[in-house]
Amino acid sequence: MLARRAASEGPRWTRAVRAPSIPSPWVGRQGSQMLKEKYQEEIDEIISRYPVKRSALIPLLYLAQRDEGFISEAAMKEIAGLLRLTPPQVYETATFYTMLNLKRVGKFHLQVCKSLMCALAGSDTVIGWVKTKLGIGPGETTSDGLFSLSAVECLAACGTAPMMQVNEDYYERLTEERFDRILADLKRDGTCSLKTGPFMWPEPVAVKGET
Amino acid sequence: MPKHELILLKNMMQLGYTGSLQDYERAGGYQALRKVVGKVPPADVTAMVMKSGLRGRGGAGFPTGVKWGFLPKGYQGPRYLCCNADESEPGTFKDRQLIERDPHQILEGIVLACYAIGAETAYIYIRGEFVLGARILEQAIAEARTAGYIGTNILGAGITANVWVHRGAGAYICGEETALLESLEGKRGLPRVKPPFPATHGLYNKPTVVNNIETLANLPHIVGRGPEWFASIGSPPKSTGTRVFCVSGHVNEPGNYEVPMGITFRELIYEHAGGMRSDKPLKAFIPGGASAPFLTANHLDVKLDFESVAAAGSMLGSGGVTVMEEGTDMVWAALRLMEFFYHESCGKCSPCREGSSWLVQTMRRIVAKRGRMEDLETLVDLCKNIEGRTVCAFGDASVAPIMSTLKHWRAEYVTLIQEAEAANLIKLEPAGRH
Repeated sequence: MLARRAASEGPRWTRAVRAPSIPSPWVGRQGSQMLKEKYQEEIDEIISRYPVKRSALIPLLYLAQRDEGFISEAAMKEIAGLLRLTPPQVYETATFYTMLNLKRVGKFHLQVCKSLMCALAGSDTVIGWVKTKLGIGPGETTSDGLFSLSAVECLAACGTAPMMQVNEDYYERLTEERFDRILADLKRDGTCSLKTGPFMWPEPVAVKGET
Repeated sequence: MPKHELILLKNMMQLGYTGSLQDYERAGGYQALRKVVGKVPPADVTAMVMKSGLRGRGGAGFPTGVKWGFLPKGYQGPRYLCCNADESEPGTFKDRQLIERDPHQILEGIVLACYAIGAETAYIYIRGEFVLGARILEQAIAEARTAGYIGTNILGAGITANVWVHRGAGAYICGEETALLESLEGKRGLPRVKPPFPATHGLYNKPTVVNNIETLANLPHIVGRGPEWFASIGSPPKSTGTRVFCVSGHVNEPGNYEVPMGITFRELIYEHAGGMRSDKPLKAFIPGGASAPFLTANHLDVKLDFESVAAAGSMLGSGGVTVMEEGTDMVWAALRLMEFFYHESCGKCSPCREGSSWLVQTMRRIVAKRGRMEDLETLVDLCKNIEGRTVCAFGDASVAPIMSTLKHWRAEYVTLIQEAEAANLIKLEPAGRH
């Protein structure tokens, strides 16, 4: 019942010291121009939404993550230059948020909710399926680099538990059959039609005749 | 199915309702905005909201009109509205539905709030995981901008309200209003010391109002149909209107149910959510998200309004009702929630940062049948040293599961420990260490 937490997991405030490396504030302050060259317009648009540049930090970190799949040190330094921050200022923000990956994750990042509401509906079983079908535990990636597993806290789908998020999509009311189909579809097509949304639960039904 | 009138979920309950601007306008949308912008002074809109008795739906239940009234009068310079869509409270999933199914209802509420408080910029802080929700909102904003409901010179009345979607990046604490502001400023989401309150020193140190999405979604209805109508619903005078309750756990039909405040938990669980999923009776339920203390089957006739739930020793919180059937291990349940709080503690205040770690270690030891009797005192001691000693309400919330399960189901803790002692499995670990 009680799985030992993988060493890579721990409370939020320890992420900074568990991160792969700490960029020096003084070396290579300008960083590369990689993001700027590729996404100049998008970057300008994001920065224009806020009266203070630093507010654009999380959106820009997302941009870097979309580009490379994770947030590299070079990207953090470049963003620091773009927003006139020091690299440690970028680093302290980047290490706080669990959705910002500081190391490479698999092509499909399975995030299984393990909070109480999902646990009541059997989320531990879902983590077990991942273990038997893919051979990975929380914090691990398959050797082909396709799948990573994270056991995460509440993703706001308690009524349709157990659930998992794969990259940007929610998959809810998981059963073993549905889970197998999701894995197969992801491997084959890179997406799966079982993803949910726009979310509504319970779904409106005509027969019930609400007046 | 519902015997009462739906307000927030009414549109989306119609089959084929897509949440597009056309659909929303056809259902009477944006009429409230047309009614007031440029015609009714902003102060009167605030007065309406105050009169309606609308209270914040995010957790604390603070009266919305009063909150708006705290903004400094006659302040020259920018003010901000921040919409809290960082729905992360375990057990709560209503905002996701409101956003994805009827985004214009929220946008109309936002523009009305901007008009009332004189804010020209609103940021919707949506939790990072809601990628689809953020996309739907952005699309809806673009539609509303084209139609002249958002932007400069709204409906030709010379009013400006720009709305931006800002995605969070996965942090429960950013649902706390000052942590949300820090996060929106591009920093770590550490709550600020209050006072000063956001009403005077908020986003970028400017006067700011932070409102929950569900609160804002109520505004078009209050303005459109009048505060008296709204104040007559629910259990006035303290808890007016309806609320969307999120029922999860061991029930037949979990989901979002909009009901007037003041019905009982028994009605919500047995009539709306279809009752227990098996023939096992109800053992426990959480009335308002993970931060609310557990209640027992004896509390089923408590009314769903702010005061009644508080009187029963818990809180209505975010409206996430989680039901547990007979046979659920309450020590394990408390540990699961404690692990959540341990993971989500931002690390700013020592009592919470260190205490949550100690609590988890002690609880894990008890569940793994390596506990000892002193551990129960250690738990209480730790909880009392966290509660009320932190900057934000997270500390108080994090001890709720353990304190309430210890109060109602102490025998289960004792049994686990006695089993441990009987099996002589105790390792030589000093109590309270890890």
